[in-house]
Amino acid sequence: MDILNALVVFLNFVFIPAAAYGAQLALGALGVTLIYGILRFSNFAHGDTMAIGTAIVILLTWGLQAIGITAGPLPTALIALPLGIALTALLVLGTDRAVYRFYRRQKAAPIILVMASVGVMFVMNGLTRLLIGVDEYRFDDGERFIIDVRSFREMTGLPEGLALRSTQALTLVVAVLVVIALFWFLNRTKSGKAMRAYSDNEDLALLSGIDPERVVRLTWIIAAGLATIAGTLYGLDKSFKAFNYFQILLPIFAAAIVGGLGNPVGAIAGGFLVAFSEVAVTYPWIKIVGYVAPWYEPGGLMQLLGTEYKFAVSFVILIVVLLFRPTGLFRGRSV
Amino acid sequence: MATNRQATTSHSRWRALILFAVLAILFVLEGTVRNAMFSGSWNTSLAILNMGLLSAITALGVNMQWGYAGLFNVGVVGFLAMGALAPVLVSLPPVEGAWSAGGTRLMGALLVGLGTLALAKLAWTRTRSGIATTIVLIAGFVAYRWLFDPAVTAIEANNPARHGNIGGLGLPVLLSWIVGGAFAAVAAWGIGKVALGLRSDYLAIATLGIGEIIVAVLKNEDWLARGVKNITSIPRPVAAEIDLQNNPEFVDFAARWGFGAAEASGIWVKLSYMSLFLVVLLVIILLAELALNSPWGRMMRAIRDNETAAEAMGKDVTRRHLQVFILGSAVIGVAGAMMVTLDGLLAPTSYNPLRYTFLIWVMVIVGGSGNNWGAVLGAVTIWFLWIKAEVWGPALIALLTGPLPDSAVKAHLLDSAPHMRFIAMGLVLLLVLRFAPRGLLPER
Amino acid sequence: MSDQDAVFGKRGNRDRSVVNPQGRGTADGERRSGPTGPGRTGDPFLIGENMTGGYGKGADILHDCTIAVEAGQIAVIVGPNGAGKSTAMKAIFGMLNLRQGSVRLNGQDITALNPQDRVKAGMGFVPQVNNIFPSMTVEENLEMGAYIRNDDIKQTMAQVYDLFPAVAEKRRQAAGELSGGQRQQVAVGRALMTQPKVLMLDEPTAGVSPIVMDELFDRIIAIARGGLPVLMVEQNARQAMMIADKAYVLVQGANAHTGTGHELMQNDEVRRTFLGG
Repeated sequence: MDILNALVVFLNFVFIPAAAYGAQLALGALGVTLIYGILRFSNFAHGDTMAIGTAIVILLTWGLQAIGITAGPLPTALIALPLGIALTALLVLGTDRAVYRFYRRQKAAPIILVMASVGVMFVMNGLTRLLIGVDEYRFDDGERFIIDVRSFREMTGLPEGLALRSTQALTLVVAVLVVIALFWFLNRTKSGKAMRAYSDNEDLALLSGIDPERVVRLTWIIAAGLATIAGTLYGLDKSFKAFNYFQILLPIFAAAIVGGLGNPVGAIAGGFLVAFSEVAVTYPWIKIVGYVAPWYEPGGLMQLLGTEYKFAVSFVILIVVLLFRPTGLFRGRSV
Repeated sequence: MATNRQATTSHSRWRALILFAVLAILFVLEGTVRNAMFSGSWNTSLAILNMGLLSAITALGVNMQWGYAGLFNVGVVGFLAMGALAPVLVSLPPVEGAWSAGGTRLMGALLVGLGTLALAKLAWTRTRSGIATTIVLIAGFVAYRWLFDPAVTAIEANNPARHGNIGGLGLPVLLSWIVGGAFAAVAAWGIGKVALGLRSDYLAIATLGIGEIIVAVLKNEDWLARGVKNITSIPRPVAAEIDLQNNPEFVDFAARWGFGAAEASGIWVKLSYMSLFLVVLLVIILLAELALNSPWGRMMRAIRDNETAAEAMGKDVTRRHLQVFILGSAVIGVAGAMMVTLDGLLAPTSYNPLRYTFLIWVMVIVGGSGNNWGAVLGAVTIWFLWIKAEVWGPALIALLTGPLPDSAVKAHLLDSAPHMRFIAMGLVLLLVLRFAPRGLLPER
Repeated sequence: MSDQDAVFGKRGNRDRSVVNPQGRGTADGERRSGPTGPGRTGDPFLIGENMTGGYGKGADILHDCTIAVEAGQIAVIVGPNGAGKSTAMKAIFGMLNLRQGSVRLNGQDITALNPQDRVKAGMGFVPQVNNIFPSMTVEENLEMGAYIRNDDIKQTMAQVYDLFPAVAEKRRQAAGELSGGQRQQVAVGRALMTQPKVLMLDEPTAGVSPIVMDELFDRIIAIARGGLPVLMVEQNARQAMMIADKAYVLVQGANAHTGTGHELMQNDEVRRTFLGG
């Protein structure tokens, strides 16, 4: 039995990728859950908001690279990110002004907002295509690895290698910072509390002197920020392809619902739960089993499901959670 | 009140007639006029119309769920794909050696899979023990994989260059349309049973998920329909172009109308498809309208408009919702089977939710939620626009950028102009929602 | 109801994965306030005078109805079900379209103000239902009550906790997890946080047990004795009149009887029709 090597393989192929992916999903799900809590509908355009935010960041990154600005060991996209967030926020505020505000004033049923978000999704999808096209892009520059397989092997003398890509580390660091900042904002500042109050009870918030339009604007800005950050990190970690951002909508929704829609803590927990299950279920465990139990010779790869079915995993988790805890793991209600 | 109602009905009838006439003119223009806007080819015009009719059948299915019961199905693509499987499994000729390679074992595996689920459900309802249920599931999964994996390997190893799939039954392709509906209905029953049974339904996310999964299965289970290697040569219910062109009688007939044999054969085939599709469409509309005006349909609408009251009157809302969800999905499944038949090809990678789920939604909303003729009108109109926008977008961009000097920006704009149709569809949906939420043909 | 609502009706509204009806508002936050005018000499502290009007464009519910509160006093509105008690209070709070009449507070005509601005003008309003932020802690509820204030709110909060020691113990708990009576205390405390000039309570004892009701009435008396005038709508007419300095009996949206609580308790007709003999 060789626990050490098994652990290294586990970290390398399961834990690190799942943690990075989970952080990306969590950031995406936070945006969905905020919109759901405050604007009271599931935003089908969120995936495409992520895509267009990332596309803007990529264009800015190329611009920066063209004039010779890079972030040294870090990806240049990090410098482009703040401006990218600002531009995406402007775009999203524009859609609110042009589309959603009308229905809010009418006190229209939330399902109409869902329909409208489908329209916005089409428009944003088209804009992304116009802006950057449908091809696949990699835009990570700087150092590729913090730990690479070779130096890890030389360092430890183990036959198994461990790689920690800088994009993965960056994802986790940025996600932690963003989540801390968001929770500080929601729980400690007056504006954040006003957002929670509005989510809890719109009428009472109005009577308390909270300006609903300001709360809504703040929500869109935060959601746009979260979407752009999540999208950029996902793109840095894997690659940018507009269609993938549409597909990531399902795991993001699943994460938000599993955690309890409208609950930010739940969104984070849901993101990691979905990510770890996806990776664990689609990973061929044969190598790890080989180290832990060398006497056992399984017939196959010990892979529960092919990687193509990772969507099925988030779906099954979703169904199981809904069957046993219809409100999600953390009671969904407030922001 | 009664006269008032009559007046609106006849008013909407005129409106429908006029709108359908305008649409017909568009198709005639497409078939006859050749300029920057239209192709002037009947083949193109009829091709758009045929696909438009299939979209109309899909939209009818969605309209049943949304218009009659208020169910939000965002897995349309999955039910279409489910239906698409039927022509492959029903009407393709059997593959030599596939069944003997692993057919029985495969069937056994699928039975074990289903049995496991049923047993797990039983274990849960009887014992309420999570451990027992989990044990059943794990044991069942192991047994399933033990049966399934070798069977699949054997089937896929059977002449992989040409087949590698389980093959069909060699039955008529028209029969497969009904089977496609049944396939989709079964999938809808499964998902509806789970999602609609929850305290508040989670149908949207559930359908979104099942849609992705069905398409993933189609892409990856090579034994089923060759996955991304595609199935071609699905049998046709109508004559082949090449046979017509070799038939001197047909060539004479075409010449009398002033058409070349190649063009005429294309038109003839498309007209044949069109007639088949029209028959199916009309039958479905007829049934849907009859159902809508029956006591069952009135109850559906009553439930939709006031669920609480309907529940208080002892109506089993969940059951009714499940019924209409299954029926609507079956219609979508029929359309899925017909689409594959029209294309003669099953290409799982083409099942894109934007095109097959959300565009259908645009059709239903634009046509008028709850109105069957509206769904048809919306579907054909939107499909026409969707196809033509790919042509009109670049034309518009070329016109707008005409005075500009050649540059990278201009080239980029011209290159990406076909993508304009996404923006156009989004805008159409948003404008209709905002200014004409009842759609082209409002619900009566 | 908007055109969109008329079409989409209740479609899809059961689907929790796409729509979230919880906490949705009904109040019109878009209405802008008009100018305030001068009050009239000899006015009580708060008066809604000759009010006639109804919700939106609907039929009139109030007919020439007058309600007033003097400084430092408790006024109650009682009457049978559907008499327009809550409507009268909402009219004073600006949630109704008044066709006639005016509302004057502390020497100012505030008829044209929207509810938000009436809060700023000094009205503390506790709605009958949905009167707390359930997922927020007690303390956060109070903070939200003081949202419009920019000065130090610690002292007011201490006063509220002094008034309601039971909720003071639970200040870090989510308000939605408290008992019915404690929630009402949080709701009243939230309204007090603006340091209002008048406190308006819409059936504060609805749905609480008799013991809790007595306790709440005690607290309300304490608030009034502290100098804050209180206007409240009550179902429990007898108890309400016992603590009232002034009572208004409404019938079908109009004043039927007016007097001190004591006077009305003695009035035969009032006793026969409302107090059960």
